Amino acid sequence: MKTLAELQAIRDRMKDSVVMRSGSGNIRAVVGMATCGIAAGARPVLSALVEEVNNLHLNEKVTVTQTGCIGICRYEPIVEVFEADKEKVTYVNMTAEKVRRVAKEHLRDGKVVEEYTIGAVEK
Amino acid sequence: MIRSHVLVCGGTGCTSSGSPKVRARLAEELKAKGLDEEVKIVQTGCFGLCALGPVMIVYPDGTFYSRVTEEDVPEIVEEHLLKGRPVERLEYKEGAEANKAENVAASLNDTNFYKSQMRLALRNCGVINPENIDEYIARDGYMALGKVLTEMKPEDVIQVLLDSGLRGRGGAGFPTGLKWKFARAYDNDQKYVCCNADEGDPGAFMDRSVLEGDPHAVLEAMTIAGYTIGASQGYIYVRAEYPIAVKRLQIAIKQAREYGLLGDNIMGTGFKFDIDLRLGAGAFVCGEETALMTSIEGKRGEPRPRPPFPAEKGLFQKPSILNNVETWANIPQIILKGAEWFASIGTEKSKGTKVFALGGKIKHTGLVEIPMGTPLRQVIEEIGGGIPNGKKFKAAQTGGPSGGCIPASLIDTPLDYESMAQIGSIIGSGGLIVMDEDNCMVDIAKFFLQFTVDESCGKCTPCRIGTRRLLEMLDRITEGKGKLEDLDEMEELCNYIKANSLCGLGQTAPNPVLSTLRYFRDEYIAHVVDKRCPAGVCKALMHFEVDPEKCIGCGLCMRNCPANAITRTDYIAPGHKLASVHIDTDKCVKCGVCMNNCKFKAISKK
Repeated sequence: MKTLAELQAIRDRMKDSVVMRSGSGNIRAVVGMATCGIAAGARPVLSALVEEVNNLHLNEKVTVTQTGCIGICRYEPIVEVFEADKEKVTYVNMTAEKVRRVAKEHLRDGKVVEEYTIGAVEK
Repeated sequence: MIRSHVLVCGGTGCTSSGSPKVRARLAEELKAKGLDEEVKIVQTGCFGLCALGPVMIVYPDGTFYSRVTEEDVPEIVEEHLLKGRPVERLEYKEGAEANKAENVAASLNDTNFYKSQMRLALRNCGVINPENIDEYIARDGYMALGKVLTEMKPEDVIQVLLDSGLRGRGGAGFPTGLKWKFARAYDNDQKYVCCNADEGDPGAFMDRSVLEGDPHAVLEAMTIAGYTIGASQGYIYVRAEYPIAVKRLQIAIKQAREYGLLGDNIMGTGFKFDIDLRLGAGAFVCGEETALMTSIEGKRGEPRPRPPFPAEKGLFQKPSILNNVETWANIPQIILKGAEWFASIGTEKSKGTKVFALGGKIKHTGLVEIPMGTPLRQVIEEIGGGIPNGKKFKAAQTGGPSGGCIPASLIDTPLDYESMAQIGSIIGSGGLIVMDEDNCMVDIAKFFLQFTVDESCGKCTPCRIGTRRLLEMLDRITEGKGKLEDLDEMEELCNYIKANSLCGLGQTAPNPVLSTLRYFRDEYIAHVVDKRCPAGVCKALMHFEVDPEKCIGCGLCMRNCPANAITRTDYIAPGHKLASVHIDTDKCVKCGVCMNNCKFKAISKK
């Protein structure tokens, strides 16, 4: 027998898993997953990002998807962050560790990790 | 860690167009690509776009694929799920680009089919896995029951329903709160809660879709009703012809019992309620409330006179309520979101939404849910995508065999209880069959009447004999043997049957005849006076003719004719080598094989 409190616990636990189906969150984090991206190691980056977004309970706010070739293959793996009314942020040469930091500092706290962005790397 | 959900429709429509194969292949491909721990396959209920099945939706991006075949699956996995490039050729986005807001990607909700829909009863259909109670709970499932059991008195529940303005979705439109209030008022040691899932109207499938897509919503609402009227037992009367719905209900009841949401001491509150299924054998009359209850009792499904109404003496002569599946599906949300929220949707007297099963001569056959009062035109032209093959809209039949037709001149009529009654039709259970210029309205009336004649239980004379006499008159008219007086006599008989039949079946059976007589009398007159069927449907009123100048005498029609009605003549048309043929109208069975196969268009229907 489940009490109302236990049901509410099930709801809260399950909510993260079905929230994905209610459409996109405000922030979209997109991982380049064309052949070049995959070759450069985009798969572990994507997995790490999905995991971290889950761990930080950002599912309602952040939608993680992949996309095809972004066009700057030498900087792969690439993660782009889109947010309404804000300029797009492009992170390059990503790794699983780097992307976890992006999830915490940028996606959760709203602070862009400048040193990983394409602007910093190109200088 | 799951990063993507692929929802594959497991409703009856998509199941028959091949979704189980698609799902199986998807599982194989994901495993082969090592994606099975990242991508989750979810089998859902109906999305509504049955004509374009099997349908599939990929989240988080919300890409909607239609008519997916097994062979398309590897491409979707490789391109979309692995590399993030949606397979454009399979994407459904009719009108989406035009309807979307600026700077936002077009989504499913921007398509013409979905944009003006409002999904309340269907809110979980195509979103959750109906065989997983946790997914229902994740979408606030059983929270309404929790609220009712811990915070509300039975009177409060009744008041919320009364204030919401919810009316029965099965056809009659009786206020749900009032029904519950009556049943609560009768004192008895045992009362019953019943669910009418005996969806029998030809062309109606919304109840089936709710049961297949969101069975727990019905269980939750029935339990709320049990608490409210003081019942401890519920029955769902569902057609045996709905195997998927039956299976999902069985699974749902089992899961609810395991969680203690059915049975003794629900949620630890001491409240006791359980639900059992009763399978109907598919008799239309068992959709009528008293006949349904008689059938649950194990007797032959025949209606009983009312009063006494079921609220006083229903199932096993105990106070009972019976609500339709769609009505049930609305209730948990009304409890959670409040009466005011629900009452703000729809028109002044018809609150909330209605699910319609769109069928017939319409591009997007499927399931749509719209706010009450949406004009028929919007449903047909925008949501339904219009009439296929460039034909013209002629009429729409609402309410199936108990309803009437809406002619093209009234296409702007709002779909709500009052407006429909005004033009002599009903919303009914929500079947909406669209007809074009190729449909003969006399034939349509005959079709529905034939149905009620077959389904009349025979208990009362006006229905048993009256509908049969009416059908014979219609038969005569479609055979060209009708007289002008017949039309008036038919009207008289219709009104007699309506006034004197025992139950809803007989009382509404003449409606299709009355409404076609009202709006398409000229077609009846053409059959009676000119002995002509304007739409070219009634076989007795047409014949096939050969144009001897076009006929080259190939003899294909002679070989194909099942009645040996075609013979060769002596006439050879100028420029041809063989003699033309002739059709003997007396022998002809009017199957049309000769005309359909003639490569020279020499045969025509007159």
